[in-house]
Amino acid sequence: MAPVRDRRTGFSRRRQYGLFLGYVLAVAGAVLGAALLLASRFHPPAFAALRMGAASITAPVSGALAWAVGGIASVPASIGNYFAVHARNKALIAEIERSRALLTRARVIAYDNRRLAALLQLRERGVEPVVTARLVSSTASSGRRFALLNAGRWQGVLPGMPVRGPEGVVGRVVETGPAVARVLLLTDAESLIPVRRTRDGLPAIVAGRGDGMVEVRSVGSSVRFAPGELFVTTGTGGIYPPGIPAARVVRGGLDAAEARPIALPDSLDFALVQRPFMPLPPPPPGRGR
Amino acid sequence: MTGIDYEPFAPALPPAPARLLPWATVAAGSLLTALPFIAPAPILPPCGLLMLLAWRLLSRFSLRLWAAAPLGLLDDLVSGQPLGSAVLLWSLCFLLIEFLEQRLVFRDFWQDWAIATGAIAFCLVGGRFLATPLAAPLDSAVAVQIGLSALLFPLASRIAAWLDAKRNRP
Repeated sequence: MAPVRDRRTGFSRRRQYGLFLGYVLAVAGAVLGAALLLASRFHPPAFAALRMGAASITAPVSGALAWAVGGIASVPASIGNYFAVHARNKALIAEIERSRALLTRARVIAYDNRRLAALLQLRERGVEPVVTARLVSSTASSGRRFALLNAGRWQGVLPGMPVRGPEGVVGRVVETGPAVARVLLLTDAESLIPVRRTRDGLPAIVAGRGDGMVEVRSVGSSVRFAPGELFVTTGTGGIYPPGIPAARVVRGGLDAAEARPIALPDSLDFALVQRPFMPLPPPPPGRGR
Repeated sequence: MTGIDYEPFAPALPPAPARLLPWATVAAGSLLTALPFIAPAPILPPCGLLMLLAWRLLSRFSLRLWAAAPLGLLDDLVSGQPLGSAVLLWSLCFLLIEFLEQRLVFRDFWQDWAIATGAIAFCLVGGRFLATPLAAPLDSAVAVQIGLSALLFPLASRIAAWLDAKRNRP
């Protein structure tokens, strides 16, 4: 490409001032960006309304796209099911037979649990769900791991509520719009969840790494983690109800180990928003904002 | 895009759509984050940035020098980065390209590609350090993202060139 000569303004004052103003505005844009960055660093929820406004427009589009893609993707599976229906029927009947004994035992254990809890006069906090909704899109180009939930304040979703899938913890709500909410996934690098080991109740912390895996960190010192160990939430901190599976260790280690989250949000059909396990008490009157 | 694309008697776009077209394609690139999938890691290339660089390097009067800031603001609103990071980084990219353009006299597509790769790497690495803590093990993911984006730049350039030919026919 030949060198550009159109940068010369000649004697035209209008072109000279126009070019100069362009540079001034470009530098002003960079300075404005730095100022916005500082504001959002020191007060993260500062621009939540703007972000949620944009998300209110994109989330319905994502929802419709997901519906269309899901519909098309389910065609081969439906055809396969049609042909394999007899074999599947047989397999399912066999599985019911196998699990009947297990179900009976589980019912007995559940009854025992209820009876023992009543004897101890334990008071269980109910964890009733707020809403069941779909995670429609995510921040796929950024290092942060956020997902958009297809329900918002109109459905009763508020910041700080835990979100779980059928298998385990997904994350928690950080910002809400009228019909959309932003969920901080547990794989985000700024997510910390207190957990305990199922085997012996050892307390630990599940910290996100940002690349789809999480890290299990011990709270005490010189603890060895082995592959396959399961960690569930403790209820400490008041957000997540206790006993929800969070992560399973993939590679063992001393004091810190790489783990895989139990609920993989990309394979999730529906996410369940719950109330915070122990919501923060309201601030005392006459103090604070 | 195949066959004869030189159509000398086809009418050019009216001025308003012609001016709006680059803005619209960059915004559409940013809005690709609305695709319905939950990414486990940063894998989607920054398509808004790719279109912005393609327009800037291909036809420098298609976007004003200050256009990077408002387009970056839109990208920040939908990308999940802290608000202001794309405003800052994209504006710096524009100023850097302006500076390079005055130094680099003859430029070919290869040089454009190299400049765009540098700008993409600058924006992605800068965005990673602005958004996530230093300790997060994201380096390999960001390196893959930079590679993917650099490979996608010729496609973005092709789209921009095709639209540019529609915009201002002789």
